[in-house]
Amino acid sequence: METIGIIDYGSGNIHSATKAFETAAKDINKEVRVIRVSKADCVIDCDRIVLPGVGSFGDCKTGIDQVDDLYQTINMKVKDYSTPFLGICVGMQLLADLGTEGGETKGFGWIKGTVEKIPSKEGIKIPHMGWNEVHFSKDHKIIDSLRNVQEGMVAYFVHSYHFQLNDEENLLGYCDYGTKITAIIEKNNIIGCQFHPEKSQKIGLKFIKNFLNWNI
Amino acid sequence: MLRSRIIPCLDVNDGRVVKGTNFINLRDAGDPVEVAKIYDEQGADELCFLDITASHENRDTIYDIVQKTAEVCFMPLTVGGGISKIEHIRKLLLSGADKVSINSAAVMNNIFVRDASDKFGAQCIVVAIDAKRNNIKNNWEVYTHGGRKNTEIDVLNYAEKVVALGAGELLVTSMDRDGTKLGFDNALIKKITEIVNVPVIASGGVGNLQHLVDGIKIGGADAVLAASIFHFGEYSIVDAKKYMKENGIKIR
Repeated sequence: METIGIIDYGSGNIHSATKAFETAAKDINKEVRVIRVSKADCVIDCDRIVLPGVGSFGDCKTGIDQVDDLYQTINMKVKDYSTPFLGICVGMQLLADLGTEGGETKGFGWIKGTVEKIPSKEGIKIPHMGWNEVHFSKDHKIIDSLRNVQEGMVAYFVHSYHFQLNDEENLLGYCDYGTKITAIIEKNNIIGCQFHPEKSQKIGLKFIKNFLNWNI
Repeated sequence: MLRSRIIPCLDVNDGRVVKGTNFINLRDAGDPVEVAKIYDEQGADELCFLDITASHENRDTIYDIVQKTAEVCFMPLTVGGGISKIEHIRKLLLSGADKVSINSAAVMNNIFVRDASDKFGAQCIVVAIDAKRNNIKNNWEVYTHGGRKNTEIDVLNYAEKVVALGAGELLVTSMDRDGTKLGFDNALIKKITEIVNVPVIASGGVGNLQHLVDGIKIGGADAVLAASIFHFGEYSIVDAKKYMKENGIKIR
């Protein structure tokens, strides 16, 4: 049985994320144990790691840094053991080199880029909040069944800052909101999504199922 | 670009869904968690719980309902009613709400909006405005306490003010239209959408599907909220989405 670790560092409610992973696993008849991880040593046993994030980049980074060895252990699991990793919303943004929300804050630096405010323009309300369509820029297992959805993949977003990638190669999906908004990124065993799969109803659960089924 | 949202609203009293005509006479329409599941299944874009009697009665039931709903419905959830303390917001967010809607407390203490927004982020702070037309002054005035108290504050000034303080979204209910089935007060909605740069949810008065279309096309709302037309099975969310799509609205 696989253990799915949802990192809980006080960044808000992770109850519904936990339930979404349980529900998705049940739908694909995969036996998993979804656990909330708030200590570094619990990360060791995880077969898949999920990093949610609500709030500002700075607060989330501080939240992680306050737990002894948490970042170091996640980093080791992801880099040395190739454990599949999914960052959600600010959990994705943290993978960047630098965040600019609430002052400049260093990110994990796993995926090259910076997190900057979405440019405000006429007709563009900030935060980018609501349902928007994700367009895909390449193929990947994680979006397999989502590319063929007739109505397009429309997911739920809530954010004011966005991930500006240095390297387009890491871009898997984007949406249009006055500017090109990074929606899904990938690099080796790392996936990040700006939208909230745990709030995107069926399509979100499908994305989670793909992550649970994903073997590198 | 973003799709227009359809938001069914469940007025909750003592743990049960009700819908009052003009907020006074209550009718029972079921268990909130069960109703939420139906709307989730139908593809509602968001769900709103308003704990309408929160100022008078024990409100702890709402945390339980929010938690149970968030366990089975994987969609955005907004909760309002009687929120007057940072602690209420924290409890609701931890129970699984994505946004909270603040009504009377925002009027009585504007700074609460700023504090809440600073603490939890503008994206989860909705300010609910109950507006009623004043034909003598030729404006709309803000009402509080479930529409019972006239503050005489001008709605447009107030809307600008709370947005400047950090409201991430406005939920605008026309007291004149609520429960009438005559459609939104689109003149009001339009005025507000023209002056603020945050999403606006139109509420109050939906009687048919064309009203939803009008709220978006005439009022310029980003989202439309309705209760009774959905609760009593007159129309489903699926019907509403189909109709709106046919009328050229970008919907999910």
